[in-house]
Amino acid sequence: MSSIGTGYDLSASQFSPDGRVFQVEYAQKAVENSGTAIALRGKDGVVFAVEKLVTSKLYEPGTNKRIFTIDRHVGMAVAGLIADARQLAENARSEAASYRSQYGNPIPLKYLNDRVSMYIHAYTLYSAVRPFGSSLILGTYDPDDGPQMYMIDPSGVSYGYFGCAIGKAKQAAKTEIEKVKLGDLTCQELVKEAARVIYLVHDELKDKHFELELSWVGKHTDGLHVKVPKNVQEEAEKSAKAALEEESDSEEDI
Amino acid sequence: MFEVSALHNFGFPANSLDLLGNNEFQTINDDPIGHFHTPITTATSVLGLAFDNGVILAADTLGSYGSLARFKNISRVLKVNKNIILGVGGDYADFQYLKELVNGKMIGEECLEDNVPLKPASLHCWLTRVLYQRRSKVDPLWNNVLIAGVQNKTPYLGFIDKLGTAVKDTVIATGFGAHIAVPLLRNGVQKKPNMNKQEAEELIVKCMEVLYYRDARSFNKYELGIITPDEVQIKGPISIKANWDISQYVSGYE
Amino acid sequence: MFRNQYDSDVTVWSPQGRIHQVEYAMEAVKLGSATVGLKNKTHAVLVALKRAASELSAYQKKLFPIDEHVGISISGLTADARMLSRYMRTECLNYKYAHDAPLPLNRLLLKLGNKMQVCTQRYDKRPYGVGLLIAGYDDSGPHIYQTCPSANYYDCRAMAIGSRSQSARTYLEKHLDIFPNCATEELVAHGLRALRDTLPNEVELTVKNVSIGIVGVDTTYKEFAENETARYLSMIEGEERRGAPPTGTDPVAPDDGSENEPRDPEPVVAMDTE
Repeated sequence: MSSIGTGYDLSASQFSPDGRVFQVEYAQKAVENSGTAIALRGKDGVVFAVEKLVTSKLYEPGTNKRIFTIDRHVGMAVAGLIADARQLAENARSEAASYRSQYGNPIPLKYLNDRVSMYIHAYTLYSAVRPFGSSLILGTYDPDDGPQMYMIDPSGVSYGYFGCAIGKAKQAAKTEIEKVKLGDLTCQELVKEAARVIYLVHDELKDKHFELELSWVGKHTDGLHVKVPKNVQEEAEKSAKAALEEESDSEEDI
Repeated sequence: MFEVSALHNFGFPANSLDLLGNNEFQTINDDPIGHFHTPITTATSVLGLAFDNGVILAADTLGSYGSLARFKNISRVLKVNKNIILGVGGDYADFQYLKELVNGKMIGEECLEDNVPLKPASLHCWLTRVLYQRRSKVDPLWNNVLIAGVQNKTPYLGFIDKLGTAVKDTVIATGFGAHIAVPLLRNGVQKKPNMNKQEAEELIVKCMEVLYYRDARSFNKYELGIITPDEVQIKGPISIKANWDISQYVSGYE
Repeated sequence: MFRNQYDSDVTVWSPQGRIHQVEYAMEAVKLGSATVGLKNKTHAVLVALKRAASELSAYQKKLFPIDEHVGISISGLTADARMLSRYMRTECLNYKYAHDAPLPLNRLLLKLGNKMQVCTQRYDKRPYGVGLLIAGYDDSGPHIYQTCPSANYYDCRAMAIGSRSQSARTYLEKHLDIFPNCATEELVAHGLRALRDTLPNEVELTVKNVSIGIVGVDTTYKEFAENETARYLSMIEGEERRGAPPTGTDPVAPDDGSENEPRDPEPVVAMDTE
């Protein structure tokens, strides 16, 4: 980042001499200040989990959810500026609705991902706007094509994933996710893994309180993206806490 | 000249060309946008009856092409959510458009995940706005719509015609049913106010049978929609076992 | 001239991933007089402190009715607040026209949030320099929402914004658990106590400088007249103040513009990504 502050980093429509667009990189920094969001793609669906940091006890529990439903069959977890993310959710919803009204079918995730990432990318081209300060994970389940998942970052770049993490603890979360045999597990099993990863990467010293948000879309939900039922959520959190204690116990042993 | 104007109105009779004049230039001046004012594939009456804790709707499954019984298995009673069912008569293509419009609205609202299920009075109002705006553009959706549901534990039954006229009542029938079924339904209600579900169903079935005998655009197969606070049921198609034994005595009309 | 080279436009990200223009707009909220919002199981209450520009002027309005089921109180630029309230009124009316029902609060906030977000992303716009407390009642009960110039908004159990509002938030946090079950009259009194905690010792709440708004079950939104306000003020009259900061330590004292002590805005709130 040697050319920071040399004046080539003030506009999204300007390259630096070494061929970078700093404004986009700075927008990515905004995502890394946010609570972690992960998604796991198993053999029969996709599970989303978000570490939603709670900064005041004056807020109602459950305010500012970071998992959105885009269409009946598509879920989206976000990290970064929540106000930006809501705008993107709106855009994604209207693209999904437009596809539905034109083709009479739910939008394939591949196409939705294409459209949303093009939209995000457009905000990296002009000096009159700033890039979005959010990353998105989109997921769905289709009876023919199975589970699918994509992640889009503020540059508008997107890839398909088996497991991915965005937000402040994305590195730690990725390391943890890589240990999980994603392709072999069902949503029922993945939801526990997802909860465990979020509990594990949560930084108790810096961010005291957080709420765990869980949702899934899969075979067992008939391809609908829904919040994880209360009892499953409770059980996942319980086992996540237990796994956490086990881990800290074994560390003490060493 | 004639060929051009025939092209201009897609070869269908009874649009503004034939009603207002017979030269091409006049048509363009009178109706520069060239609206159709004619339903093509149509469905006949819809019946609605409120009973003690719910509402029942009935509509047959025939799509008529003029006087031709063109489609014999079309559905036009549908569930919107756990509070609302719809029954629609008139132009079938316009109904399909309306259905997708409502479906899109429902998806949009479900995505918000705010547990504010749409209420029948709200959908009644919303559809009234849609139909009235179209009629104000002199491009009406050629439908009669019955909105049935339960709101605040009380039955709700509403009606809208293609002009956007909105009515609420406990007994409503559209089309030919307005002439034939309404007197029978009102009579039934007068004899037995506060009918239960079974009594209401029996009365509606009776009306569907009478309509089958009397309405030349009706059919011997129909669907019922029944909505109560506990459940939404779409029943059918149900067949009418007609008895034409006495038909030979009807004579003198040839 | 600028505090740093990244704070001139709302379209510029800083290397830390912050938008300074938005953060500065957040500061405008702290310049307004304080306002408090809180709710029990049936009602939502707004209490606001009004300022007069001079001895001869009237007190500046702080509460605005939006619809029969929504009212707001503001802190920051009043003119910006009036634009937002006009928008909210239009949205409520449109929803009522189309659905024959009041617009649910969360849907109002979603629309408002998206409207405000656009102003944080375009070169030709600036963020709204106002914070709102939105009180409303719908099918899911009473609500207090807080909005920020950053286009973030929060569903709150209770909240206070504006000048020296930290004292009010301290009061609210301390009594948070009793609000849900307390009587509505007592709720108003709690609101007044929280507001009073933001005042310097020599200033008192009076019928002139206090506005109270209420909305709830079977209660369409209304602002109290002076005689009603007086009745509530008498409920807390003569009580000892708690947690009021000593005078002269106003945390948002006007910036003297000295170059030696650049007063950084609080990034925690503005860039709050939750």
